[in-house]
Amino acid sequence: MGGSPVWDGTLSLDGFNASAAALVKRWKEIEVDDSLPDWTWKPCSKTGAPSEEEGYLALEGVCRSCGGSQIEEMENLDVAETVGDDAWVESSSGNVHVYDYHVVYSFSYKVPMLYFRGYYTSGQLLTLDEVKEGLPSDSLKVLTESKWTFITQEEHPHLSKPWFTLHPCATSDWMKLLLEEIKAADKEQSLQYLPAWLSVVGQAVGLKIPLGLHCNS
Amino acid sequence: MDSPREEAAAWSEEAARRVWAGAVPLQVHLHDADVTALPPPPPFLILGPRIGYLPLLIPVIKAHFSNALPPGVDTVWFEYKGLPLKWYVPIGVLFDLLCADPERPWNLIVHFRGYPSDILSPCEGEDSVKWSYMNSLKEATFIITGNSKSVMNMSQADQVALWESVMKGNLDGYKNISTRLKLGPFEEDGLARTPSGERQHHQGSDEPESPGSGKACRVPVRLYVRSVQEDLEDIEDALSVSDWESVSYINRPFEIRKVEGGSYITLEHALQTLLPEFFSPKPMGRTKNSGHVEALDSAPDDSDTTNSSKSSQEAEPAPASLREADGAKRAKVKLVRVQGIELDMDIPFLWVANNLKHPEYYLHVCVYVGTRKQ
Repeated sequence: MGGSPVWDGTLSLDGFNASAAALVKRWKEIEVDDSLPDWTWKPCSKTGAPSEEEGYLALEGVCRSCGGSQIEEMENLDVAETVGDDAWVESSSGNVHVYDYHVVYSFSYKVPMLYFRGYYTSGQLLTLDEVKEGLPSDSLKVLTESKWTFITQEEHPHLSKPWFTLHPCATSDWMKLLLEEIKAADKEQSLQYLPAWLSVVGQAVGLKIPLGLHCNS
Repeated sequence: MDSPREEAAAWSEEAARRVWAGAVPLQVHLHDADVTALPPPPPFLILGPRIGYLPLLIPVIKAHFSNALPPGVDTVWFEYKGLPLKWYVPIGVLFDLLCADPERPWNLIVHFRGYPSDILSPCEGEDSVKWSYMNSLKEATFIITGNSKSVMNMSQADQVALWESVMKGNLDGYKNISTRLKLGPFEEDGLARTPSGERQHHQGSDEPESPGSGKACRVPVRLYVRSVQEDLEDIEDALSVSDWESVSYINRPFEIRKVEGGSYITLEHALQTLLPEFFSPKPMGRTKNSGHVEALDSAPDDSDTTNSSKSSQEAEPAPASLREADGAKRAKVKLVRVQGIELDMDIPFLWVANNLKHPEYYLHVCVYVGTRKQ
């Protein structure tokens, strides 16, 4: 972004890393639905050469009932850790899907990209049709209209396995609209980038993002 | 008499013809478990275009094996020495990456059942390949111009014609449409010497580029880094790739940020920038504890880029790993292969990008690095 007169809606790698760190911290401070675990930062390495700078954000083990909503009535239970509990699994494994969400920086588009996968509590991965059951109706509509350009399965850039992903090619355009107003402070803008971005892509895949994430601390 | 420019254009034309005509002879065997006939059918020989994709060969392969196939729904995939092949990687790239010693014909196994969906993303034949191609083209266009508009705004008819030309290996048809996308060629002149004219006025500012301005230039590159034994003497003795985790796939543009006083960027320089951890430590001034003080001033050609990219770290993705002078773990580049050619590392990088690119405007580079076993 820097001092260029018209911001193009993209994010630098440094901006991504800073915004990711801020998001991990902020998430712990705000009140988050019990069904949501913490975001963690996963450093990655290329052929045994670890890098301090490169990594991605992960939110893993989000349980959702088949209807699409996050499971909310699980008081006193840390749901993410309860997945392996036999008694609980027996009673409800039929209609519970577990999701992992990763946010990876795209060097091509200079924006974050969402990768996600869903699986049964048994560990078996969900197919696209099964994932569809958990999508909001708006997304289902888009998916039907543009099968190849909205949500597809592609290789996860760091895990080299097929994950679902949202196509990023228009991200910078709508991020520009979302964040243009707080252009005044560039640093602030990059810290706000991921929360704003997440509020849009989360909605597309049925991941509820707590409002508190957007309020300034 | 041809001007140097015309001559260069003629050479580029010739290079494109050769890239498009490049093919790998394939010998396709039907997987044992899928054979329902006795005797089992003989293998099928076919030329796989280097710029093509395996699923596009399925119709002819299937016709050949049709009498031996079990009834039911086919989910076709290919395997080489136990490794399921990624269908969205061009055939020539798979061959360069997985066959250290080029095996001709290349013996592949075709499966019609048991799709490894935990390893490969699903493939619905030509449609999947087409969209994978279009999405890559869109990504490359974004890298080069800062947006994907020229691809998004293509008419449906042009998109279909473009894809058909790629699928059929019809270079002339491809050029008719692709030139309208205005994606190059990358010009060494504009970058290296700034003779006069339009690029001149950018010189004053040192701020990040506005996309497509010509000042910063981003080249779409996909790198496939394969580890081989460090003490390997003959590349043909490399152990075969048993899983995709042992290949690092790096989809990252090469960014040229600044006018580089008169000299061109070599392939070595570009790879070093993209993969600093795989090159021998070349002191770069910015490392405080490098321990090789005497060599600090020996890399004048590097200092320009290093300083200019300080403001944005994108061109130097992993300086942290350089700081670790862990010579024991450091990998060495043993071989660089593009379009089946083992390239001289001093060759101008932009020439490689302009002339050896694939039809989705990506340069696919296979790099073999020697690493010590853990």
